[in-house]
Parts: sequence; C-alpha cells; structure tokens
Amino acid sequence: MSTSHILKRADFIFKNENDWEEVLTKSLARTPNELINELISSELKGRGGAGFPTGLKWKLTSELKSDEKYVICNADEGEPGTFKDREILSRVPFKVLTAIAICGHVIGAKKGYIYLRGEYFFLQQELKKAISEFEFFCKEIKYDFKISIFMGSGAYICGEETALFESMEGKRGEPRNKPPYPTAYGYMGKPTVINNVETLSHTYTIFNYGSKRFYDLGVQFSRGTKLFSVSGDTPKPGIYELELGMSLTDFVEEFGDDDTKAVQVGGAAGFLVPRKKFAETSIGYEGKLVGISLPTGGSMMLFNSSRSMFNVLDNYLNFFAEESCGQCTPCRVGCQQLLKGIKAVKRGEKPAAYLDKLLSLAETMQLTAKCGLGQSVANSFSSIVENFREEMIY
Amino acid sequence: MKPITELVKDLADRHGRERRSLLPILQGVVEQEKYLSEFSMLTISRELNIPVTEVYGTATFYSFLECKKMGKYIIRICKTITCSMKGEKQILLAIEDMLKIKVGETTQDGKFTLLETNCLGFCHKAPAMLINNEVYTELTPEKIREILTSYLNDKIIGGEHVN
Amino acid sequence: MGKKIKITVNGQPVEVEKGTSILDAANQIGVIIPTLCYHKDLCVAGNCRVCVVEVVGQKRLAPACATPCEDGMDILTNTHKVRNSRKHIIELLLSEHNADCTSCYKNGNCELQLLASEYKIMSQDFIHLVPFRNYTIDDFSPSIIKDDSKCIRCQRCVRTCAELQSVNALTMAHKGEYAMITTFFEKSMNDVICTNCGQCVNHCPTGALVEKNYIEEVWSAISDKDKYVVIQTAPAVRVGLGEELGFDPGSRSTGKMVAALKRLGFDSVMDTDFTADLTIMEEGTELLTRLKKALAENDKTVKFPMTTSCSPGWIKFIEHLYPEFLDHLSSCKSPQQMFGALVKTYYAKARKLDPAKIVSVSVMPCTAKKFEAARPEMHDSGYRDVDYVLTTRELAIMIKQAGIDFKKLEDMHFDRLMGESTGAGVIFGATGGVMEAALRTAYELVTGREVPFENLDITPVRGMEGVREAKIKIENPLKEWSFLDGVELKCAVAHGLTNVKYMMDKVRAGKADYHFIEFMACPGGCLGGGGQPIPTNPEIRQRRAEAIYAEDAGMPFRKSHENPEIIKIYKDFLGHPLSEMSHHLLHTKYTARGM
Repeated sequence: MSTSHILKRADFIFKNENDWEEVLTKSLARTPNELINELISSELKGRGGAGFPTGLKWKLTSELKSDEKYVICNADEGEPGTFKDREILSRVPFKVLTAIAICGHVIGAKKGYIYLRGEYFFLQQELKKAISEFEFFCKEIKYDFKISIFMGSGAYICGEETALFESMEGKRGEPRNKPPYPTAYGYMGKPTVINNVETLSHTYTIFNYGSKRFYDLGVQFSRGTKLFSVSGDTPKPGIYELELGMSLTDFVEEFGDDDTKAVQVGGAAGFLVPRKKFAETSIGYEGKLVGISLPTGGSMMLFNSSRSMFNVLDNYLNFFAEESCGQCTPCRVGCQQLLKGIKAVKRGEKPAAYLDKLLSLAETMQLTAKCGLGQSVANSFSSIVENFREEMIY
Repeated sequence: MKPITELVKDLADRHGRERRSLLPILQGVVEQEKYLSEFSMLTISRELNIPVTEVYGTATFYSFLECKKMGKYIIRICKTITCSMKGEKQILLAIEDMLKIKVGETTQDGKFTLLETNCLGFCHKAPAMLINNEVYTELTPEKIREILTSYLNDKIIGGEHVN
Repeated sequence: MGKKIKITVNGQPVEVEKGTSILDAANQIGVIIPTLCYHKDLCVAGNCRVCVVEVVGQKRLAPACATPCEDGMDILTNTHKVRNSRKHIIELLLSEHNADCTSCYKNGNCELQLLASEYKIMSQDFIHLVPFRNYTIDDFSPSIIKDDSKCIRCQRCVRTCAELQSVNALTMAHKGEYAMITTFFEKSMNDVICTNCGQCVNHCPTGALVEKNYIEEVWSAISDKDKYVVIQTAPAVRVGLGEELGFDPGSRSTGKMVAALKRLGFDSVMDTDFTADLTIMEEGTELLTRLKKALAENDKTVKFPMTTSCSPGWIKFIEHLYPEFLDHLSSCKSPQQMFGALVKTYYAKARKLDPAKIVSVSVMPCTAKKFEAARPEMHDSGYRDVDYVLTTRELAIMIKQAGIDFKKLEDMHFDRLMGESTGAGVIFGATGGVMEAALRTAYELVTGREVPFENLDITPVRGMEGVREAKIKIENPLKEWSFLDGVELKCAVAHGLTNVKYMMDKVRAGKADYHFIEFMACPGGCLGGGGQPIPTNPEIRQRRAEAIYAEDAGMPFRKSHENPEIIKIYKDFLGHPLSEMSHHLLHTKYTARGM
C-alpha cells in the first residue's frame, strides 16, 4: 500500500451541521443575485452525473417570471455503485434542507420537494422529523417555505429529471422531449430547479464558507470536492470526499492493488477503464488535465483479475434492458439487441465480427436515444468491448 | 386492516384527488395489501376520476407496485454488479433452500415472496436485500437463516437504520 | 402572427415562424423527413426516433417532429450519420416486429414496410426478438383485431384513444423490454371500455391493429347460388372509396361504386341513405312527440336533450360512461340496422323471396357497425338483420381482387325499393348532417314552410368545430303544432368522443340547455370513421365533407319526407312513423355496461 497520499481528502460534506440555522439566516439576508454570483464563481457543477453548472441553472430559473416555481432535490440515487446521497440524507439532512430553502429564496419558489427513491423508505421517518424541525425554524424567522417528501416506487429512470417530474405528476416515469428544459418547464410545467442531493450539500458549503474555499480545491474545469462511492474488489469500500482531478493511478494506489484489472467510473452508465489506461485518465468534468477526463456521479467499482468482463457487461445490459422506460426505439430495442448480441457471440451463434455491428448500434443509441439512459449505454458497452474484446468471445 | 374502499377514501383525503395524488395513493394501498388488485385499481379510478386503464398503465411502470398477489413479506435481493460479485447467487440458493421457492414465487403459506431487484445503494456492504421496507446488508447464508427465522417467528430482526 | 426566424435546411435558407418544428420547416421547402410516431391529429410524441436529423454544432441527432427551430439553426437531413442512424432504427423496429409481411393484412399498406423499402433494408443482422415473447392475437372483438407481435410502440393508438376519443381503452404498460401497449389488466378489447370506433385502427402504422374483415364470408355468400345477397352502402363510403382506388381525397364515386358492387355479384345494390331518410321520419316524429308531451301535456318525465342514436361507437360510449342517460337516446335504430330489419321483411315480401335465403351485407366507413350488427337485440326480422359489415377498405380490397378497373367503370344507379334517397340522407355522413336533415323535415312538418336557409343549407350546423350550436325559432306553426309557437328549438352537434364527453359532462351537470343533440363518435362524423381509407387527417376530412355537401346539393330531392320510396314504404308497409310495425322493426333498446 502506497504512503504517498496523492489523493487529497476533504471534509466539508459530513462536517457537523450545527450551524445550519445561521447559514440559512445569513443567506436569506443576501440578494438572489449575490447568491447566484457566489455559486457561479465557485464553478460548482452538478454532482449527480450530468455536471451542469449549478450557478447557471439557478440563474436561468430565477430570471423567468412565473406564479409558481419549485425546488426539487433528486434523491432517486439508483446508479449502480452509488450510495453517497443516502449517507448525506441520513447524516447531514439539515444541510440539504437549508440548501433547498436558499434555492427557493434565489429563484422565488415557495415549495421544495425531495424525491426519495422507494428503496430508501427506511430514511423517511427521520427525514420527516428533520423537515418538521426545519419548517418550525422557517416559521420562526418568518420565511414562507415548505418541503415535502415524494416517494419513488422502484424505477431507476425516475432519476432522469423530466422522468422525475412525470412521476411526481402521477404518470409513468417516461422522459420528456428537451427542449423545453426544466428551468423553463419543469414540475407541473413550471420553472423548476432540480439538483442532486450532493450538489445541494456543496451549495451549503459554498454559502457557508464562500466560493473561494470551494474553488481553491480541485483543478481547472473541475473545481471543488466530490463524494466517491467505492465498492467492489477493494479493501476500503465506503464513501470518501476527495478533490476532483485525481488520476486513476493514484486512486487505485489508494483503493485498489496490483491485482486491480479495471475500474468502472460513474456506474453502469459510466466508463470501464482498464489498467493500461489508468495513468491517462483523470476524474473530473470536460476539459483536459491529463489525457481523458470522465464526468461522473462518483461511483467507483473496482474489479480484480478474477472478474469476467463479459459477466460485468452482461449485468449492466440486463440492468438497462429492465430499467429502460421503453418509449424510444433505440433504447428499448437497442438494449435488448446488445444483451442478446453479446450472449450470441459468446455462445458462438454469431461471429466475433458481430461485435462491430453492436458497437455501431451502441453509437446510434448514443446519438438518437431520447434521454440520458439510452444515450449512456454506449459508454460501458464500448469501453468494455473495445478494451476486453477477447473476453467477449472466448 | 381497512377494507379497500375505506382505505382509498382515506388516502385520497390525505393526498388529494388530482392526478399527481395517484402515486402516493397506489403506494398507500400497496403498503397495506402488498399488491394492487383489479378492484383496488377500479376503486382508485372512481375516487380520483382517472380512467382505470391509466391507473393500470402507471402502476405497472413501477417495480414496487406489484399487480399480482404477493406474500406478507416480500424479499427483494439485489442482483446488480457489486452484489452479484459478492455472493448474491449463494444468498439466493440459501433462501431457495430454506423457503423452497424460486425467484418470482410465493410460499404456500403466503408468508414470503422472493424477487430480485436492482442496486439498493449498499454496494460497500454487499450483498444486500430488502424485506418489505427493511434493508439487510453484508449477507451470508447464515445471516439469511437467522433473518428469515426471525420473520417466521414474527420476532423480526431490524435492518439498516439511520445513525 | 409569430416572430420570424431564419434557418438553413441542407444549405437552403428558410424563413419560419418561431416555434415551428424542424419537420414542418423542412416540409416548407419540399424536404421530406420520414416519421412514424408523428400524426397530424395527435400531440407530438418524439419516441420512434425515425425522424432524427443533424443540427450543426450539436453532438446528438435531434428528432425533427419534436424540436422547435431556433434562429440560425443549420439543419442537415441526409448526412451519413443521419442515414446510418435511421437505418439502425428501422432495423431495430423490424427486429421486434413480426415481419411476416406476405401473411399480414396490412401488406402493401404498412408504414414500417414502406420505410424498410425506402431504405432498402435487405438483410436483418439483428436478433429476432418476437420468439422470446409469448404474443397472442386478440380477436375476440367483432370489430378490431389486436396483434401485439406487430406493435412498434409508437403509441399512436394510445394517444388517439386518450386525446382524440377520451375513451382511454389503451395504455403503455410495464417498462423496458416488457413495455407494451395494452388494456386494463391486459384483457381482450372486447372486455373493456373499447367503443369499437376504430380510430386506433385508422391511426396504427402497422398491422398491430386492424379491422376484423369479413371478405371471405361475403365472397362465399355471393358464390352461393342458393343465397340472395343484398348490399347497402353508407353515405360516407361514396366520398372515401375513391381514395383506395386511385382518386384524390374528396372524389365522389357513387355511380362507380354501384357499378363495382354489381360486378362483384351482389344480387341487389341498395342505399343506406334510404333508411337515413327513414330515420329522419321516425326520429323527427319522436322528437316532436317528446316536445308535445313536455309542452302541450306538461309531462315532466320526458327527457331532454334527446340525442341521436345512429353512431354505434357513441352508443357503446354512453352505455359504459353515462348509463343513467340512456333514456335520452332516441329509440331509433341506426340506418344500417333499420335497413337490415326491412330487407328480410318488407323487401323479401315485395320481391317474393325467402328471408332465410337473404344474406344482408353492408359497407360502412365504420368498425363499430360490425359490433352493432352482432348485438343480440338486432334480430327483429326473425333473422340476424345485418349478417356482415364491410368497411370501405374491405370493399376496395374485394374490388381489386375481382380485377375491376374502377376508374373505367360507367356510373350505375341503385336498385329500386330501398335505393332512392335525398340530399338529407347523404349528409348523414358528415358531422351535423343528421341534425340538418332532421331540421329540414321537422321544421316543414310543423310550419308547412321550408327551413329559412338559402338552398336549404343550414350552415350553422356545418363545419369541423368540435361542438356547434344552432337555434331555430318556430313561428306561426300549423294548427296541430300550435303549442310550439314561439318556441326556440335549441340544437347542438358534437363529433369525436372527446367533444362528446365534454357535452355529456354538461348534460350530467344539468348545464346542457338543448332539445336535440347530434353525437358522432368519429372526428368529422362518419366520413372520418375508423373504417375509412388510411390516412385520414384534418385536410382529408375537410375534402370528404365538401364532397358530401356537393352530393347533397346535386340531388333531385333534398328533404327526407319527399323521398318517393319513403312515402311508399309507409303507405304499403309501416303505416305511419312510430306505428306498431315501426316500433317492432325500427326501434331498439340499450344496455347499461360497467367500466
């Protein structure tokens, strides 16, 4: 095990939240524009996986005129290998509630929701208690803002923002066409800010300590810290807050070992990076530091040499084929074709060259699917098939 | 246990009678009944004035809103990659061996239904499972026997809870 | 007038209104982008992804039907990326589709087949997915057959049934690879709220939803020397049939239709318009009788508004959703069923035929008529009144099978006894037509004068607006109708079941202050029926409507009560409207149904 500690740890998210009442009060005293500028200069990007600049999102929504606006916290954490949001909601819920309420002040919303996945039902009771206490305080400081929990019922796709709105509106969680975007047409067709749980926690940090503290960490294009959910073949499974911009080599130094064959970055919708590419891969958003950068929700799954990459891909494709909403052709049928296709190649029913047809199909899915789910299947499909082709055949 | 018509009316009084009230009401019925029967859906359709076909189409979308009769305790084993790597198959075998049912089946006495589900968000403590709303992690065949026995004796062991 | 923006399509500059979709913008300059889930009648879905195009500067392809143009957009519809993607999409659709075209009812008329042909999909590399699912065909309904193995999940039928018709018999269910279009608890169409209107059939791009066809049964009857086969033709058929046989929408092919039917071998070719005129006599009298009971005799039990009852899709709709208002319906059968009852009694007697040997066939623009003919109460002649119902589409198929060159046919006339009709009968095929026909007769019956509209064209009830109203004041009526003096007759018309629902909700709320309402299940009335040629869209409905009113204007008689054959049937057989014989053969009862 290396002792170089190249990975820079931080401790903002899970630091105690006893100052939440102060953070809320002092933020509410600032103007929306001030708060927006603070977020923009922090260069905070969405931590759910899509990486949209948070300050810009709040700005766009605040600029629209509407009788009703909403703040929604996306707690439908379902990406395989991700478990950080659960931890945030159980350990520091008041940071999230405070951030939601501050967002309400910024955009002009009086109502916030937490869309909580059905699998996290056991969190409800404690969360409701926290909300009760929170609303009581808001009443005391005469801030008119209410928060409710909306429970999911077992659908990964409801983590997609427009599918989430559809679900909250009592319908099937089928993603909508974009444009229009949620900032203009969100929940109930009204301007909505929808942010991941972790993103909101970071805004809390920024409003508490100022944007510079956040900006000074991380690297260009990937400022600040991120929670990483580490699991798989690792002696240190768990949640770690690290500065963005680390290389995978350093990551594996800390969390893997010489037997680490590959790392899945960003869940099933992310990329599989083989050992030979660890050095050229850094973890962050768009923009190059060292070789390729990967946008990520922070799921890091390590695989050692005993793992079959075929089984891994098979598992992912099964997942997508089941969780796809089924409305658009490339995703509904494409996922089935990819899944059955690799099985056919493995069994010798189709020639190895069929994998190239499947790679081409995956690219079409990326170009034509209606939402992020269908668009992302190609990420793991291509990275696994291209880097471990022999394992698909033999 | 309330009769369905009363249950639906109470849920509608609590959550409202608009389209957006549908999901919480469906969840409320499933909470008590464990599944949605034709009658439940017709009752909800009448109470909310939503076409019954729409109620069906919406309910079947969500994995946790079952439309077939379920047992009293629904076991959902995670089959996503990390749990799969960490021994989900052995866990399944242990359950199948103990309860004498396969995935998708319900025990004769109507106590347990065995299902598979996707990532539960406990990958660092894999393998994991849900029994109704309780989460159980770091499972081994021994732990399974312990947990299921507790359910059989109605002295249920608790699962993961908030710190 | 919206703001104008400038874009380019394949290098060509176009000016469009802000918010126009890429699909419509391209169409403006003659660039056709293929679509599947898109339909002019329905809201945009954007889920088939066939219409994807490249927008310069964007990483992903955009769906043309669902993407609004923005100022300066540079759109490319035929790049390698677009063609390659589109080919993949079509291949994917074919892989989840039962592509056994030669044994499919929609062979030659299928939009997926057309796409596959245009893009020359010569080989299927993808794995065929149909065998992995246990699809069964639902053919329990007498009107519609649903074959899930051909469904491409475009959801046109769901949107049609929900938005256009407000029946909501169909929905998307489950998700992922198990996503499918089905009914409540996946029951047969025959066991749920389906009204058989067939609008889903008319909007389905493939063979997943088709009408139940009776072509072989009718051929068998025609070739049976022992049987005397009579056919009746609905008014809307004559303005739609041409579209299937080489003519443009809006063509009138009455004479050719009769000639073709004679060549097919029908023993007698007569006209449903005749019984449409008869319906006016019976229903007009029924309305006036109700008015007399209410106004002259102060009978509080009389139900208003009275509604028409010739649309079987509407009948099933009210039976399911508004059963408490069944006594508002006119007790008159539809023209089809009146004809059927008379052909095996009145006609048989006059022609000295054994009614047991008569096969009564109809050709209708409608799929619900198939259900109507099979209703247990439709046996008043002593036999099944209408044995087989063909849609306009099925008739076209039979004409082609018989090798008839439709365009070259010389016009022929309907046969006597039940083949004469008036302009009032033919306008039954358009929304507002029944109302107009009824008013032309009722007004004259009561006042002795013609309706106060130029050329007898009661324009307030015409047009395509979903709900229309008209008021006619009765002044100086004949002595026996003096109780109607000064009464303003309030009428309404609604077409398409969504508008019907709107009106019936008003009736339920007590806010429908009308005496008489005409209800048609299909948008446009029968001319837009579920059995009419595909495609049917707003422009095509408009043209067919114009054709119907042109037929009306050209008829020698324009009012039902002037029809000589109508005068004869009352003199020789029925006696008078609402007589005992009329009640026995021409009136019916309805059945309350659950949800």
